[in-house]
Amino acid sequence: MAEQEQSTAEESTDRLEIPFEPLEMKLGPSHPATHGTVRLNLRLDGETVVTAEVEVGFLHRGFEKECESGLYYQAFPYTDRLNYVSPMINNVGYALACEKLFDVEAPERCQYLRVLASEASRIADHLTCMGACALELGAFTAFLYAVEARESAWDILDAMCGARVTCNYVRIGGVASDVGPEFAALVREKLAEVARLHKDFEDLLLANPIFRDRMEGTGILPKDELVALGVTGPLLRAAGVPLDLRRVDPYLVYDRMDFDVPIGESGDNMDRFLVRCEEVRQSARMVEQCLVDLPEGPVDLDDPRVRLPAKGQVFSRMEQLISQFKLVTEGPRPPVGEVYQAVEGGNGELGFYLVSDGTGKPYKCRARSPSFSNTQAMPPMVEGGMLADVIPTFDMVNMIGGECDR
Amino acid sequence: MVEESAQPSAPEDPLLQRLRDKFGEAVVSTHSYRGDRTAIIDRGSLVATCEWLRDDPQNQFDMLMDVTAVDYLGRRPRFEVVYHLYSIEKNHRARIKVALEEDDVKVASVVSVWSGANWLEREAWDLYGIQFDGHPELKRIYLYEEFEGHPLRKDYPKEKRQPLIGPGAPEGAADGGESSS
Repeated sequence: MAEQEQSTAEESTDRLEIPFEPLEMKLGPSHPATHGTVRLNLRLDGETVVTAEVEVGFLHRGFEKECESGLYYQAFPYTDRLNYVSPMINNVGYALACEKLFDVEAPERCQYLRVLASEASRIADHLTCMGACALELGAFTAFLYAVEARESAWDILDAMCGARVTCNYVRIGGVASDVGPEFAALVREKLAEVARLHKDFEDLLLANPIFRDRMEGTGILPKDELVALGVTGPLLRAAGVPLDLRRVDPYLVYDRMDFDVPIGESGDNMDRFLVRCEEVRQSARMVEQCLVDLPEGPVDLDDPRVRLPAKGQVFSRMEQLISQFKLVTEGPRPPVGEVYQAVEGGNGELGFYLVSDGTGKPYKCRARSPSFSNTQAMPPMVEGGMLADVIPTFDMVNMIGGECDR
Repeated sequence: MVEESAQPSAPEDPLLQRLRDKFGEAVVSTHSYRGDRTAIIDRGSLVATCEWLRDDPQNQFDMLMDVTAVDYLGRRPRFEVVYHLYSIEKNHRARIKVALEEDDVKVASVVSVWSGANWLEREAWDLYGIQFDGHPELKRIYLYEEFEGHPLRKDYPKEKRQPLIGPGAPEGAADGGESSS
């Protein structure tokens, strides 16, 4: 005891510092500066983050287990709720995986509509991410601009499927319904609205020194570490890796689209923000191209194995009635096998891995979600930085609970 | 039950061919279904195979996209651990699988090869009970530590409820173990 006292007395005369222990701080699960239910366990030395640990799983609801217990087409509503900010992309990704398993391809008009829906979703996704970022850095006004623009993007989806968020629009081999004659005019009007608000939003933030100071030079992780951690999407592109599945491995009709893949240089939060800003414009370009090129024709595949027959025929012809009955009750039956299909989601590679045992239910239905791998990369991004930098980094990682936790 | 749907792959994919040439007996089987090339690897050579797949200039699988497991209840071996790989440079993909017996669900961790395997393996442990040897911190990721069982196993009933835990839990709920439904 005496010894201890002596040593502390010696220390205190040596250098006038209070004995220090790292401060443990828990951010979340519900915190105003985290737009998602997640907990960050931080150990702080003053304002410097020593270690960070991310706890996920608060929104885990057994996506895979639910999908395994239903028929193939019954999983679509669950995919809506993965990344609930861009549900159409999830729908499309799952449908493409199913189509790969069934070895069918949707008609051209349907493919254009899917691209259109995906890109309108991406606009909404990026605007949400950027708007929430602005909000959490204190720019409440800018957030309102982003949310209003997002509402316009969701109006496009609303015109296609009748819902803003819970779309459930895509089907195996088709989409739920074709678009009406007034659709193109509405989309152009909404796109103009998005462009106007997005411009204001950008101007408000990019000329703001506080916003720039908090974004520039924060959250950097070297390119090779990002790759090893499996980070994809805008986060990886901001670090200078031009990995965009729409470009390197085109699905649907992306090979016919004229668009640029923006990449950043330093990979800091500002670059991530700017990459998303540019992607909003590129997505708007693609939506416009889809409107111009949208071919005439059916939106549904004419294949009784996967797609419901036309209603008129169901009521008048026996074979179609049987076909409808079988498809609804037993579901389409794929051959035995396994497939993996990836699409470019709002946050990176969204993949679906399906295993079929030949019955109407998926034996396994796995979603590879970009948010999960991206969130994993967050601790090395914030460790060694300031506490205040955790917020913009978390915003740009854009962890979406529904997708990360499944 | 799901059976191997190996299509007569003639001629075999060059990557799978090289994998066979390199590792011989360690490659249990290969197939390409719908263009997804797949190799089933012996459990003992997983890490060596992964290192080769990552480092060989003709492969360059620098990204581990996904790790998951499949439970083929009633078949032997019961479990398969599935790895999805992607190469940015070569823009190609591959799927690696390792089969595991029910009474010995252990496989070497690939965290040393791709650091991104950390959470993915924790997830496979959490939901399927696959034990990854050499994982730096193998603990549940989605569910809480008191959770019993691994819910994505096929013998875990979907309706099964687990007792509530924590400060708001009803008295004695933690002793309940098996419960309603």
